[in-house]
Amino acid sequence: MLLPNSEALRAATLTAPRWFTIMGAFGLLTALLGLVCLQFGAQPIGLNEIIQIMWHAVGRGALDGDAAGSAGVILLQVRLPRVLLGFMVGCCLASVGVALQALLRNPLADPYVLGVSSGAALGASAGVWFGVGATFLADAALPVCGFVGGLLALFVVYRMAATYERLPVHSLLLAGVILNAVFSALIMFITSIMEPNRSFGMMAWLMGTLTAPAYPTLLTLSIYLLSGLFLLFNQARVLNILALGEESARSLGVDTEKSKRFIFVLSALVTGAVVSVSGMIGFIGMVIPHAVRLVLGADHRLLLPASALTGGAFLMGADTVARTLLSPAEIPVGIVTAIAGGPFFVYLLVWRKDRLA
Amino acid sequence: MNRLVDGHRSFEKQSGAAGVCSRPAVYEVRDIRFRYREGRPEDARWVLDGVAFQAFEGEVLGVVGPNGSGKTSLLKVLAKHVGAQEGAVYLLGKNLATMAQREVAGLVGVVPQDTQQLFPFTVAEAVLMGRFPHRPHDRWSSGFGWENQEDLAVAAQAMATMDIAHLACRSVTDLSGGERQRTVIARALAQSPKVLLLDEPTAFLDLQHQIDICSGLHRLKEERGLTVVLVSHDLNVASQYCDRVLMLKGGTVFSIGTPQEVMRTEVLRAVYGCDVLIDAHPESGLPRITLPRYRL
Repeated sequence: MLLPNSEALRAATLTAPRWFTIMGAFGLLTALLGLVCLQFGAQPIGLNEIIQIMWHAVGRGALDGDAAGSAGVILLQVRLPRVLLGFMVGCCLASVGVALQALLRNPLADPYVLGVSSGAALGASAGVWFGVGATFLADAALPVCGFVGGLLALFVVYRMAATYERLPVHSLLLAGVILNAVFSALIMFITSIMEPNRSFGMMAWLMGTLTAPAYPTLLTLSIYLLSGLFLLFNQARVLNILALGEESARSLGVDTEKSKRFIFVLSALVTGAVVSVSGMIGFIGMVIPHAVRLVLGADHRLLLPASALTGGAFLMGADTVARTLLSPAEIPVGIVTAIAGGPFFVYLLVWRKDRLA
Repeated sequence: MNRLVDGHRSFEKQSGAAGVCSRPAVYEVRDIRFRYREGRPEDARWVLDGVAFQAFEGEVLGVVGPNGSGKTSLLKVLAKHVGAQEGAVYLLGKNLATMAQREVAGLVGVVPQDTQQLFPFTVAEAVLMGRFPHRPHDRWSSGFGWENQEDLAVAAQAMATMDIAHLACRSVTDLSGGERQRTVIARALAQSPKVLLLDEPTAFLDLQHQIDICSGLHRLKEERGLTVVLVSHDLNVASQYCDRVLMLKGGTVFSIGTPQEVMRTEVLRAVYGCDVLIDAHPESGLPRITLPRYRL
């Protein structure tokens, strides 16, 4: 019997060596970009100096940077945590974008467009209003408020747009628009009845701002987000199959209801946490997965982690632009990502209609 | 003698002589009733209303009938995409309702009518997805992991069978209708199934591809003892390529048997409400259905 050449097949699919090579390259590029981002800011710090300060800090086992003068303090207490936060937020938004696009079979799905971000923002603002943010629980409680809001939004959007087990693109977008409008109004309401000094901070947060967190906060957040991302990555093959459509997924042995619920909840969890720290940063969840899919193909085992790294790198870069363009003043990074992402959205909607199902 | 007066029960008895019925039953469908949604009056109609039949090992069973007679719904029930509200379906002796989706997927490959793809998976990736029900399974790593040597060998075999090996690196979004259809059939074959369910596999294909698909299915049946259940609008496809034909009307089995038993003027008149011409196919001698010229 003539054996078909399964080696030829191996060349056409994802294998472990290929995965490690590509992910290694993406990781390296992201790390290099991170180093570049650390150099820019109101006060530029040279690469040599950065390496020196880092070396010292590692040697002393402390991240306070006091021994290295003002540059050390700026780098280690302001810039590094902010760059790390930007990376994590970007990672999460891009990953959730990938997951939602596969799940809803819609390349326009994105936590921002679907109103999940504004749901999470509403949850978090309600939390702040009721005073949850002022308690010792703040680090843990606000992400939970965001999670509840995000989950609610996702549920409503899904129920509004689904007709007979199908999710037409336009009704999905329309549901997102409606939800965004309603949630924005409610957030505005909460903002308007707050004291002026608190509402100002709230507005800046809503526009999407990264502020340098304290290291313990960063650690709490990263544990929360990394576990969410880990669980999401572990669903990569299921996402591949869900991307074929619900009936095909069932034919291939996926318990679609269970998997969909699990991935929806994970997405809302991660989005909620991200929004509660950085506000509404848009379009990363839509643009990045698209760009990465064009280059690396659709297999979620690669697409998901590679989009995460790319999203992280993109937001680090965008935040660097946001804090240096009008230096020493800062622009909310959400404005930078929206200005970069908006045209892409238009491009998809106008010229790539064929890809919108 | 007018067979129709005897009622369609006589056809079922006749089909016992066809040979396939002495083989073990793969599917045993016992008086199922199914409707899409309960509660809303416009959906209250039973789409399948007391359907009972058996599908035997190594046969091609064609399911035909007018629009809305429940063909696709029957296929969905057999694939466990939906569950029948009443009655039961047994797959190799096990009640489908108690089987896990994954267990069903290891036995039954499904080729849906709509094979349109949205995401740019390569053909090789798409076919390898058929191995998903056979992946090593534990609670924590079921959603990640790589295909093993066996997966690759089975998928390569399936691609060779459907003659799409040369397309391995192409994106499924760039394929022609026929290529896409063959890719989806190859994916179903990669599941190493005992049964293949197909919904209108020849609907949008040109003549060459229709012949390819139908003869391919016949070959699979002969070589691997695969059971094929095929829904088709095309009575000639059912007549020429199926061992037995199941005629649905209004959600019930009107008649089941060999093509000669089912494809008769009286049956078609009773089911479709119109007269057609039936003669013998010049090659096979099986019934050939032709539309009349005018109906004034």
